[in-house]
Amino acid sequence: MRKVFVDVLARHDAQGQTTPLLVVWEDGRKFEIDRVLDIRPAASRKVGGAGIRYLVRIGRHETVLFEEEGRWFVEGKDAPERE
Amino acid sequence: MFEVRGLERIILHSDLNCFYASVEMLYHPEYRDKPMAVSGDPDQRHGIILTANYLAKARGVRTGEAIWQARQKCPSLVTVPPDYSRYLRFSQMARKIYGDYTDQIEPFGIDEAWLDVTATPGVGDGKALADEIRGRIWRELGITVSIGVSFNKVFAKIGSDYKKPDATTLITRENYREIVWPLPVGDLLYVGPATRAKLEGKGIYTIGALAQTPPERLSSWLGKWGRMLWVFAGGLDHSPVTRMGEEAAIQSVGNSCTTPRDLESDEDVRMTLYILSDSVAARLREQGLRGRTVSLSIRDNMLASFTRQKKLPDPTCLTEEIAGEAFALFQKNYRWERGIRSIGVSVSDLSSRSEPLQLDLLGKQLRREEREALEDAMDHLRRRYGNQCVRRGVTLSDAQFAGMDPKREHVIHPVGFIPAGGKVGGGF
Repeated sequence: MRKVFVDVLARHDAQGQTTPLLVVWEDGRKFEIDRVLDIRPAASRKVGGAGIRYLVRIGRHETVLFEEEGRWFVEGKDAPERE
Repeated sequence: MFEVRGLERIILHSDLNCFYASVEMLYHPEYRDKPMAVSGDPDQRHGIILTANYLAKARGVRTGEAIWQARQKCPSLVTVPPDYSRYLRFSQMARKIYGDYTDQIEPFGIDEAWLDVTATPGVGDGKALADEIRGRIWRELGITVSIGVSFNKVFAKIGSDYKKPDATTLITRENYREIVWPLPVGDLLYVGPATRAKLEGKGIYTIGALAQTPPERLSSWLGKWGRMLWVFAGGLDHSPVTRMGEEAAIQSVGNSCTTPRDLESDEDVRMTLYILSDSVAARLREQGLRGRTVSLSIRDNMLASFTRQKKLPDPTCLTEEIAGEAFALFQKNYRWERGIRSIGVSVSDLSSRSEPLQLDLLGKQLRREEREALEDAMDHLRRRYGNQCVRRGVTLSDAQFAGMDPKREHVIHPVGFIPAGGKVGGGF
């Protein structure tokens, strides 16, 4: 797996809570996040990193996003996806 | 000293295993199944192993040895440069986890900490809590930790060394004789190679033997340390775990470096001491401190080392006074049998710069104040225009040295619960 840094559009509310709203995949595809299911500090042993892990639902899929020192990454497949 | 029976303390000592190497293995999964070490920059001759992972340790790679020595034992060793800011972030994340259980946290270096969890709700014997912390460090930081649980700090530390990696060891009043006492005496906190050799010379090879030696005899061999080590060995240490925040009180400010080449002459040493003292003095001023005791540490190219210190008549934050004292210590104590590989200067016995100084009739104190103002101005210039914008003439005779910036490369070295001079060994 690869550590893939992604663009994220997020809301930072007055309480200091961060909610990711939209992810832009490395190929430019955009995905709206329907729901954040879980937020916790966590490491990614798979691709190497540690920060806040967001378990999110995009459509019918659940996936995880990590925020580490102001950057977001996902646990990407080994080769970049091609369509 | 007193002891409240029935209110036994529960102290954890947490030790992040092979800390630097573990963080690098988290970020570089490709190194996880290879012998790997975090090491200084080989080109700058800081080519020393800082931390090795377990695969490298199994091949005999040790903290503190040169990369070439390590490669002789382990030709396939992968070395990576250190990323201190990342290690510091991980250290802080670990402390944040500890902070969820207690505010009595005493860091010991970047990778170790004591936690007093006596008052933590549901603590029991402390083992379950230690396991919980271990689990969280693994899930949240992705690295492993060993935790010792005991009724005093010294045994808790022994516990964290007892089983690695990723383990909890409980040392109680019931089992310490079985667990701690058979261990080699060198495993005890503050028994370094010199003390160990002395003790072994007297036939004391284990911690248990140390505990069973009359303290008076130990004092006659080792001075005041003798009694302290006896207290440690017998599980009688009562020193408290410092509360978080209190440890922020700095006990010493120091800098050391491995020089780009061996130092071969007094002039080399004087120049290096000026560079180091310049950064020590700048950091003292930055923190609003002065110090009264100057310590010099030297390591020669056969890696033998010693430390000497001297108390000054007045507290200082002036480069010239610190460097001058360090150089005087050097001349008094070094006979140039070998070249010098690394050298360090530190200042302790600190007080605030806002404390008044005794004036004298000769105006010496006024001249010192003028010098402080001058050095403050140099700090200001360096902050704005970089470290190289103002330099001392003494440092210009060797371009390799003049380029050193010890303040920027500085790493904080831990001071334990012994006020000064306590040596901390081991890799991070």
